[in-house]
Amino acid sequence: MDIFEEIRALSEKYPDRRGALLHALYVAQKDAGWLSQEALNTVSNALNLPQATVKGVATFYSMYKHRPMGRHLIQLCTNVACMIMGAESLVDFLKGKYGVEPGGTTGDGRFSLVIMECIGACDRAPAMLVDTDFHSDLTEDNIVEIIEEYK
Amino acid sequence: MEKFLLKNIENPDSASLEEYQRVGGYKSLNKALQLEPSDIIAQVKAAGLRGRGGAGFPTGMKWDFASRDVKFPKYLICNADEGEPGTFKDRPILEKNPHLLIEGMAISAHALKSDRGYIYLRGEYPYARVVLEKAIEEAYAKGYLGDNIAGKGSGFHLSVHQGAGAYICGEETALIESIEGWRGQPRIKPPFPVNVGAWGMPTVVNNVETLANIPLIVAIGAEKYSAIGNPECPGPKLFSVSCCVETPGVYELPMGITLKEIIYDHAGGVRGGRKLKAVIPGGISAPVLPPDGVDCPMDFVNLPKRGSMLGSGAVMVFDDTVCMVKVCWRAMSFFEHESCGKCTPCREGTGWMRNILKRIEGGFGRDNDIELLQDISLSIIGKTFCPLGDGAAGVVLGFIKNFSDEFRYHITNKKCMVSKDL
Repeated sequence: MDIFEEIRALSEKYPDRRGALLHALYVAQKDAGWLSQEALNTVSNALNLPQATVKGVATFYSMYKHRPMGRHLIQLCTNVACMIMGAESLVDFLKGKYGVEPGGTTGDGRFSLVIMECIGACDRAPAMLVDTDFHSDLTEDNIVEIIEEYK
Repeated sequence: MEKFLLKNIENPDSASLEEYQRVGGYKSLNKALQLEPSDIIAQVKAAGLRGRGGAGFPTGMKWDFASRDVKFPKYLICNADEGEPGTFKDRPILEKNPHLLIEGMAISAHALKSDRGYIYLRGEYPYARVVLEKAIEEAYAKGYLGDNIAGKGSGFHLSVHQGAGAYICGEETALIESIEGWRGQPRIKPPFPVNVGAWGMPTVVNNVETLANIPLIVAIGAEKYSAIGNPECPGPKLFSVSCCVETPGVYELPMGITLKEIIYDHAGGVRGGRKLKAVIPGGISAPVLPPDGVDCPMDFVNLPKRGSMLGSGAVMVFDDTVCMVKVCWRAMSFFEHESCGKCTPCREGTGWMRNILKRIEGGFGRDNDIELLQDISLSIIGKTFCPLGDGAAGVVLGFIKNFSDEFRYHITNKKCMVSKDL
């Protein structure tokens, strides 16, 4: 099923096709890891919604990306519990080790680093998502081991 | 106390329908389908269940309002947008006990005569989505969801709607906007969602834990249920305990247990035997309490008397190595990031306060900064569509009230009061 058809099928779940928009944006973002103008147009055409409103919604939510990202996406939580348990030094550590700032991508395009707001794992802080995989109880040692799994 | 919400979750197969049924699951649904919808609502009212998402609104009353509305279809939405920092209490239900939630929703749908439900799941829980979708599929296959539930003629369809990283969507009207496919910005109330909710229809939005309490009420009856914990807001409650304790985690305990019991008897006390400095009892939006606040019972009645609130029941414990100015700054940068931008006082005020807190924290605070923070806070409270702005302002006022010395020290001495050697 191509993306257009997949998005069309999603709208069956809602009394109004617009309800499928958030899910549709995920579908459109899945392959490239970000929403190009072309991807946004596909969503707009599949759900028959104006391009401006599709973009308006896509830019409201932080999990939709609007520029090319690395092959993997690291979302590290630095909210209060993770901060107390050492997330800030992990950010500095990643900066030193991989030369990547929050919001940036490594030179080789391997991963992008994003700071996220509370991942809901405060009992296992600091924690992060790599793509859709959850990792917790991070330290300078294990974070490298984990990241090395994602090429 | 015997566990109900977290029953059997140590079992690696706890999320499967077979295992859930083995420990008695779906019996309440079968029982409820024999009852008149109005009887179930009356039971939930009599049980005294109050919403577990944070506001503590009586669930039976909310259901009653929705059921009195003559418009159909009615929608039932589970709020699984667990985004309040410090909160992770719904995660074990979503990931390890999903059928409890589905059973609770199927009973609630029968009571509300709703035939369509959605679980609004936060985008940051991709694993929970996999678990929930599998559980929903199993429930359809067994006839607990679908057009003719358990052969009793009432139908209920359920699917997961995944959010995409916006804390504000935990607010029920913003959540509804988001389900409809708009930017998650709150609506003005009234009209309330129980009358004009999703797609203009009567809509009940309940938290995961609230819905997970429904099978218990049906199973043991209102009288026995209301005997658990504080009679004014009874029932089992999930507390997510984090930060500086020995054994952080989610604890299922009776409502009204004291903060002290939670921290010392269940979470192993302050880490390394250190000194307790402060506690946030209900997630980051709940005003901070000083150490002597720990004798307070954790419920919707007693915490407000101490100037805080139960919120989501997320207990964040800080020891003497934690700087209060820094915690307050980090909380404010969260609120600034999550403000939806609709109301000016919140959109601008959270940014201004984050700026001021940052400069105090960095040793560049000015003499009147505390007064300035108070002034901005009071200019936000009561002047926004939703409680996000009030929450942000309340957090600052709480920190200043209880830790003004530490803020003043930062401003006067241009450095942190907490020794780096601790």
